Amino acid sequence: MIADLLTIVLVSAGAVFFLAGTVGLLRFPDPLSRLHALTKADSLGLGLIALGLVPQAGSVWMALKLLLVWLLVLAGSTAAGQMLARLHRAEAADD
Amino acid sequence: MTELLALTLALPLLAGALFIVATASTRAALFGFFAFGLFLALAWVALDAVDVALTEAAIGGGATGLLLLRLNGRMRHPVSLGEPAGPRLKIAAGLLAALVTLALGALLLALPEPAPSLAAATVEPLPALGIGNPVTAVLIAYRALDTLLEIVVLLIAVVGLRALGTDRGWGGRPVPWPEGEPSPALVFLARLLIPAGLVFAVYLFWVGADAPGGKFQASTLVAALWLLAIMAGLAPAPCSGGRWTGRALAIGPLAFIVAGTIGIAAAGSFLAWPEPVAKPMIIAVELALAVSIVVALVLLVAGPPERETGR
Repeated sequence: MIADLLTIVLVSAGAVFFLAGTVGLLRFPDPLSRLHALTKADSLGLGLIALGLVPQAGSVWMALKLLLVWLLVLAGSTAAGQMLARLHRAEAADD
Repeated sequence: MTELLALTLALPLLAGALFIVATASTRAALFGFFAFGLFLALAWVALDAVDVALTEAAIGGGATGLLLLRLNGRMRHPVSLGEPAGPRLKIAAGLLAALVTLALGALLLALPEPAPSLAAATVEPLPALGIGNPVTAVLIAYRALDTLLEIVVLLIAVVGLRALGTDRGWGGRPVPWPEGEPSPALVFLARLLIPAGLVFAVYLFWVGADAPGGKFQASTLVAALWLLAIMAGLAPAPCSGGRWTGRALAIGPLAFIVAGTIGIAAAGSFLAWPEPVAKPMIIAVELALAVSIVVALVLLVAGPPERETGR
């Protein structure tokens, strides 16, 4: 019961972050702030969803796998965000 | 519920395909292609075809997308393929595509219910092979000849790619990936992902016997990690004329053909697995195939050799 409640709260909070990130991606004026909105949604939103699914995982191994997925995506999207920002700066300097 | 999920997944597929065709920027189309591949993989998961989903995510979306991205990066000047298609040709092509789609849809609706299936016959002899995943059994046992020919096609593609290289670069390495210092974020990511990815690749390779996975997906993953290391400047691109490259490319098809020939002597036909040693033989052949696939994929994505060996 408490586990289910935890899942609902955390997953909903994660979904809110994704929604906010998407709105930011669509509405923010320049690439760097759009990137900022997107990486927050990726890292925090997915983290909350993964954490929210842990009570439903059924076994410790499954829960660890969920958290591992989050960590890997965290590293991947952070690095991608950095590289996109770098590319943007290089292209802006060229103009 | 399943239909609803399938429909929700079909929408981004349609939208993605339209975006890729309609967008003006090549780079945007390429990133659209990555997203499209991901959604296609999800659609395969929704259809319970996890093996296909893994292959789509690894080869269809990932490796092909990377190949196109690399190509886009190398082509500084857009290459014209002649006159752009006129309105008449476009309408004709659109009509043809619509006709094919309609015909496929009609065929799908005309399928008998229940659909004819060889699933039971496929699963029955699995214990003799020591394999629990019917998809793997089809690839390595029932249709082993197809798999052998697939790896040969991959080899021919590598030969064709080598022929595209400049004379000066014959037998050398492809052009280095990053022109300049690689981003520190990329180096960090490569250092983090490569060990984790290698562990996962071994797992994928091994679990393919009993669950979705297998040598193709595992090899694509290893190839992707190698490419990541090349991009981050942590490893050199393979030297296409190098002694080890040639051997690595040859070992897969050779092992397959040798195993097939043993099959003639021991089990009565080419590529038949003699029962008591079926499992170890299959693993040996798959390992050899994996080595060849990794090297072939890395060579294909890295591009034709263009600079001299040792530079």
